[in-house]
Amino acid sequence: MELQELIINMGPQHPSTHGVLYLQLKLNGEVVLDCQPHIGYLHRSIEKIAENRSLTQFIAFTDRLDYMASMNNNLGFCLAAEKLLGITAPPRAQYIRVIVAELNRIASHLLAISTFAQDLGAYATPLFYALRDREKILQIFDQLCGQRLTYNYLRVGGVSGDIPVGVDLLIKDFISYERRMLAEYQDLLTGNIIFCVRSKKIGILPKELAINYGVTGTSLRASGVKWDLRKDEPYLAYDKFDFNIPTGQNGDSFDRYYVRMVEMEESLKIIEQALGALPEGDPVAKVNKVFRPTGETYMRTENPRGELGFYIVGDGNPFPYRLKVRSPSFSNLSVISHLVKGLNISDLVCVLGSLDIVMGEIDR
Amino acid sequence: MGSLNSRKRLEANRERRLNLDTAAIIQSIKDRFPGAVAEQTPGWVTINKENLIDVARFLKDGPSEFSSLHCLTAVDRKETVEVVYHFYSFKQRIMLTVKVILPNADLVIDSLTPLWGAADWLEREVYDLFGVRFQNHHDLRRIMNPDSWTDHPLRKDFKMAGFIPRPVK
Repeated sequence: MELQELIINMGPQHPSTHGVLYLQLKLNGEVVLDCQPHIGYLHRSIEKIAENRSLTQFIAFTDRLDYMASMNNNLGFCLAAEKLLGITAPPRAQYIRVIVAELNRIASHLLAISTFAQDLGAYATPLFYALRDREKILQIFDQLCGQRLTYNYLRVGGVSGDIPVGVDLLIKDFISYERRMLAEYQDLLTGNIIFCVRSKKIGILPKELAINYGVTGTSLRASGVKWDLRKDEPYLAYDKFDFNIPTGQNGDSFDRYYVRMVEMEESLKIIEQALGALPEGDPVAKVNKVFRPTGETYMRTENPRGELGFYIVGDGNPFPYRLKVRSPSFSNLSVISHLVKGLNISDLVCVLGSLDIVMGEIDR
Repeated sequence: MGSLNSRKRLEANRERRLNLDTAAIIQSIKDRFPGAVAEQTPGWVTINKENLIDVARFLKDGPSEFSSLHCLTAVDRKETVEVVYHFYSFKQRIMLTVKVILPNADLVIDSLTPLWGAADWLEREVYDLFGVRFQNHHDLRRIMNPDSWTDHPLRKDFKMAGFIPRPVK
């Protein structure tokens, strides 16, 4: 049969690209010869906006970067601002931050694994289960700060409000409920032979390639690098908690899924310990109303998708002179053309789903 | 809060050790490439743009093994543009900030794509938003903005039509 190369456009409006991502594929039949990602359809120039907002005003914009893990974005930015200004949040605020960040990590991973399963053809069931559990986390956040998606809850120097009465019980209920459910998901997905065959040995990311391309987070750990900022460069109170860093061996799509699955159990452990040892005191430090940052700083935190970095340069004005967001999905996506060569289009969808990208923080 | 104080002390110790290690790495750059380091502060090191690719290769393949180009960005200082590199060494657990200062008239710098794959998209982003041209980059196209766009939005002289920031009291 005669070989014929065909160039087709996947996206920017496509259900499997998790947002407005446009992949230019060079195909031979169903086999991908080359994959060229085009990004920028969601570019809002958040870095330019930051140059005209005070640090406190900008916290609301960090919600819109990785909108699946807004608390973690709030946290990264607040920690960077605190490092620049020399502020330390009180112990109670640090513990509350750990709890909300880990809850949001679970919410984000639930959506990641369920949409990944849907990409592989497990139509609707895992997604409905995961959304049902995610809803419980969103209700906790709703009680906590009145928002369900873009929380704007953390402040420079602490959190905007203490945990209301009764919410700690909600979180405790959720922990025991979610432990049961995670075991069920392990049966439903990890024990599913079709799921395993579709995702194992697909899109193998070697360790060296991952480090060379700046891949971080679960995708890096799935390639066998035991690296987690919560453990290796602890911020907040993470050094006080007992938890493991799951890693994969092969770096394929299944490992990336499985690392997320185990990480949720570890996050539940952290929440339980933090809730048990929640210190008394103010949830926010006494800070000025207007910050005038000087100098520059770089701070990175472990987001559900990888290492989120904020580089802030101040010149003594309330507005930062320059603010750069180093987003994890951006670097994680840049490696995709190496992963999909020689695979079928259906496997390309599998690799893309396993990388778990959010276009909001890629395009910024 | 005794534990908090001891943690602060631990962090201070760690900070001091990192500063010492960073100073040793900067010294090794100075020994290897005399005249390459233009300015040195505790937080970062500024090097001449002619030496960038050699210094970067030394950092990556040398004893300190900076295997990851963690972040790459630029800051428009009106007269000049600073290109800021954050290298990270998993072996030594050190982040090194390297800056290269380019005059506005000549925004050209060597690309680091031969060394780190991560430089590919990050350099395209800096080209798109600041107009810095990276020599030897294999595919220097705009990444965020449309290809037909002519301006560089993160430059300080970029005109945002009709937008007046609200003053902060």
